[in-house]
Amino acid sequence: MVERFDAIVVGAGPAGSAAALTLARKGFSTLLVERGRAPGVKNMFGGRVYAWPLAEVLPDWARDCPRERVVTKEGIAFLTEDASLGLTFDSPRLGEGRGASFTAIRAKFDAWLAKKAEDAGAMFITGIRVDDLWRESGRVRGVHVEPGDRVAADLVVIAEGATSSLVRKAGLKADVEPREVSVGVKETIELSAETIEERFSLGTGEGAAYVYAGHASLGLRGGGFLYTNQTSVSLGLVVSSEDLATRKVEVHEVQTKFRMHPSIQRLLKGGKIVEYSAHLVPELGANMLPRLMADGVLVVGDAAGFLINNGYTFRGVDLAIASGVAAGEAAEAARAAGGMSGANLRAYEAALRRRNVLTDLETFRKAPLYLKNPRLFDVYPRLLIELAQRVYEVDGSGKGRILDAVLGESKVEGLSKLTMLRDLLRGARSM
Amino acid sequence: MTGPGATAARVGLRTIVCIKQVPKAQELSVDPVTKTLKRVGVPSEINPPDQNALEAALRLREVHGGEVLVLSMGPTSFDESLERAIAMGADRAYLVSDRALGGSDTVPTANTLSAAIHKIGDFDLVLCGEETTDSSTGHVGPGIAGHLGIPQITYCSEIEVADGRVRGTRMIEDGAETWECALPALVTIDFGCNRPRAPTLTGKIRVKRGGLVTHWSAADLGLEPSRIGLRGSPTIVAKVETVQLPDRKGRIFHEEPAVAVALLLDALRNDGVVRA
Repeated sequence: MVERFDAIVVGAGPAGSAAALTLARKGFSTLLVERGRAPGVKNMFGGRVYAWPLAEVLPDWARDCPRERVVTKEGIAFLTEDASLGLTFDSPRLGEGRGASFTAIRAKFDAWLAKKAEDAGAMFITGIRVDDLWRESGRVRGVHVEPGDRVAADLVVIAEGATSSLVRKAGLKADVEPREVSVGVKETIELSAETIEERFSLGTGEGAAYVYAGHASLGLRGGGFLYTNQTSVSLGLVVSSEDLATRKVEVHEVQTKFRMHPSIQRLLKGGKIVEYSAHLVPELGANMLPRLMADGVLVVGDAAGFLINNGYTFRGVDLAIASGVAAGEAAEAARAAGGMSGANLRAYEAALRRRNVLTDLETFRKAPLYLKNPRLFDVYPRLLIELAQRVYEVDGSGKGRILDAVLGESKVEGLSKLTMLRDLLRGARSM
Repeated sequence: MTGPGATAARVGLRTIVCIKQVPKAQELSVDPVTKTLKRVGVPSEINPPDQNALEAALRLREVHGGEVLVLSMGPTSFDESLERAIAMGADRAYLVSDRALGGSDTVPTANTLSAAIHKIGDFDLVLCGEETTDSSTGHVGPGIAGHLGIPQITYCSEIEVADGRVRGTRMIEDGAETWECALPALVTIDFGCNRPRAPTLTGKIRVKRGGLVTHWSAADLGLEPSRIGLRGSPTIVAKVETVQLPDRKGRIFHEEPAVAVALLLDALRNDGVVRA
């Protein structure tokens, strides 16, 4: 006998769990299936969650949500081989209200959210890989599971993450091209809570989120990140897979050099690396979105390419949760309209727009392409640091004007004034 | 009508598979002081030969239809393994669980399981693993056959059913022998003779929907208190010895490979590990 549900959600990350939770609350019999033996064991992320969509689905989320630290300090720094030029922003207001964000460990956070979906009535099953959509005469009837097993449903929500094969098998997206993805790596480095709070000058429970450019990625397109957890620091990189291939470097070499940078070493000294992980990261934002819906199918979270990297913020989990909720709403609208046809499920797009998911992706649509400009990762960080060196160095040899210093440095780098001006304008427009 | 032999009115084969939940063998050790197995915190699994028995039963069902029922005796934590068996494809499961059964050796265990099989009734075949990885007696299967008064074939690596008879092939020192007997019968299955299937999504859903594991107490089976548990167990564990492995020398040769190999050979010759 074939088991059947109203909806099957494939993948119990933030997008899938939020979708299952919303569907179950709206009275859909819902199955949430996860490939890993537990939620959060198959994925990777830097470490920060923007909280705003949680407030919508779980108004009292803050009561038991496994947070590491509430982010009250943001930082950005340019690195050369031995120097660092940075800007930090400290504000208690960063940690308050709708705009708050926190660092998290995904195994804990994802398990918590999946449990909420289960509490809402979804059936949650782990350790099962879904093979393909089960289709009959063009209509989705459920999912095929290895080996030779299948489960029926009117709606399948694909929440498989960045490397989703179902999206491809559903014909919603072509194969991923190397230029569309970056490689993310992350090391978790254990340090005591006191050490973290002292070195990053944080209050108890407060956290820092830093991004790094320049030598962090050895000049390859991409950047570094650092997030403070309760008793560990997540340090990682997102680097263009194309650049890794052409420059013939392994991503772990880049990561090791990043970790060994003097400004990073000062922060991590004495820490113990307890975890290393790597994952693909979709990189083209709205430019690589698959089709978001088809007859009986919705795509949410990373599988839908909902990721924003504009150079100073990385967003994924918040868009994932918001898209999961939107999928639940779309299913409700489609049910009211008579069924899970692609036309009825178009309500998904409106539900995404209500939460600014598509809108934000479109706003930053140009950012990923702008970030493809290699000068940003190589020439400009060096330029800035050389400039800082000139500005702050007093050796009695006479100081010129700052502008002369900039122009002098740019000549060393072989940059024309026009190129610099053009890059500056493009950057401003894409942000 | 229940009880052995009442197979006429049913289509397909009703197989009862007896399983035990055991600590994962590779994570077990013996406490050198108390001389007992250190079980605390060790993850459990279905006794591996019982997994082969379950797989054999599921394959028979694929050929003949019918149903596969799983039976165990033990604490309610054994539900984990019974549910896993259902997730792998078994139809239902039974657990005999009672404090009065604690401390049972193989004699009351076989007695208890045969009473449960009698209560389930109307079966064609009972399958057991050849032995358990935590006790290694191999007594329980034959004991059940004795209590039920049915024929048995032990240590089978292949099993076929046709025309109301079961045929089992067992490996012996100089080849294989094949035995055949009438149903109902009991067969014990050789460890590693097949590859147990993984749990399926449908199976896991059936477990979640619930209601497939039945619990029975000793009283439900009408078991006589003097014949179960510690009281009914004649076995006495007189002595357990642990083997203390000698310390390794842990000598590392840092020389060039060719030199290091020569030095290693010399050292092994000196210690009498290799000759000449």
